Amino acid sequence: MTDVAEILEVAREQVLGSGRGLSEAQLVEVLRLPGEDLPALLELAHAVRLKWCGPEVEVEGIVSLKTGGCPEDCHFCSQSGQFTSPVRALWLDVAALVEAAKQTAATGASEFCIVAAVRGPDERLLAQVRAGIEAIRAEVDINIACSLGMLTQGQVDQLVEMGVHRYNHNLEAARSYFPQVVTTHSFEERWETCRLVRAAGMELCCGGLVGMGETLEQRAELAAQLAQLQPDEVPLNFLNPRPGTPFGALPVMGPADALRTVAAFRLAMPHTILRYAGGREITLGELGTREGLLGGINAVIVGNYLTTLGRDADDDLDLLAELQMPIKELSKSL
Amino acid sequence: MTPWSDGAAAYCDRCGEPVCDRDHTECLAHREMEPPRYCPLCRRRMVVQVLPRRWSARCSVHGEA
Ligand code: SF4
Ligand SMILES: [Zn+2]
Ligand SMILES: [Zn+2]
Repeated sequence: MTDVAEILEVAREQVLGSGRGLSEAQLVEVLRLPGEDLPALLELAHAVRLKWCGPEVEVEGIVSLKTGGCPEDCHFCSQSGQFTSPVRALWLDVAALVEAAKQTAATGASEFCIVAAVRGPDERLLAQVRAGIEAIRAEVDINIACSLGMLTQGQVDQLVEMGVHRYNHNLEAARSYFPQVVTTHSFEERWETCRLVRAAGMELCCGGLVGMGETLEQRAELAAQLAQLQPDEVPLNFLNPRPGTPFGALPVMGPADALRTVAAFRLAMPHTILRYAGGREITLGELGTREGLLGGINAVIVGNYLTTLGRDADDDLDLLAELQMPIKELSKSL
Repeated sequence: MTPWSDGAAAYCDRCGEPVCDRDHTECLAHREMEPPRYCPLCRRRMVVQVLPRRWSARCSVHGEA
């Protein structure tokens, strides 16, 4: 038996058999698997997902409440005010937020995430979020999540009181690579917000990006560090190089690498909701959504992203029907 | 239809460069998954709103793209 088959054998027993995620060192081995082992890897990741999470797929829509002009310098982000990105600052009004929530609910989605490009929320933003949530609640039946940057304990408490069901705050990159990605805040500051969210009893959504020039080892490190936080949901983004950003000229990650990463994240976190987030369309093309859903993914963002467009939501929904993967219902996620 | 295919557009709505300066085929390909960012008539950055199932882009001088 070769080494290659060995890590898959180990993963079969450890992850599929006992539900224990792979370690960082084991993940490096998975990420190094040659192309010929990719089908077996994806098959195993799919089996792990089915066994520990079931066939349902969680569908979510997202919208940017406050776009652009962010003081932070995350090198992948077109919304940073520090780069000459063509994205202009914009606030959404409550009516547009409600419209976005309705568009999301119409797809059968159970989650709607309100996102703001900020370091952390100020009072004006929290007031707008509160007004938005109240207006959405009056008209739309959907779980509301938020992504508003770094939080203080007082802000966490306010969001809990508003009934925010899940909070997104990504680690973005492995601890060892983080300083190459962001210089205006630290990995530890991000970690602390995640910890506060968990401690308050909100669901934690915490993921990151790959394809930002990190090594395979750092990719494994990110997965292991995420696993340590035990997030309820992990959104996995592939870098979509944005004009004007420091990472704007990086190459798009290859599809085989992207799929290996999907499978590795599933083998690191067998029980989590693993969501295809930004960049899947340009990294994996038409077939990528299907391959990911058969390789460990059990959640998707449907429709458009914050500043870029997504596949047609109907194409994703048709695909889920074809794969006989039911959309997770609202009642089950409450 | 690309905004500049009617002959009126002077600027690429993705990169903001003059359309006749260079080939914008790549920009055009990107535009399938991106809303426009620059007004094709005056090159001003537009205010772009992206919602889950629709987007809009508005130039402060020339209105909706
Ligand atoms: S904090 Fe968020 S919005 Fe601001 S630059 Fe970083 S990723 Fe972009
Ligand atoms: Zn162009
Ligand atoms: Zn104009």
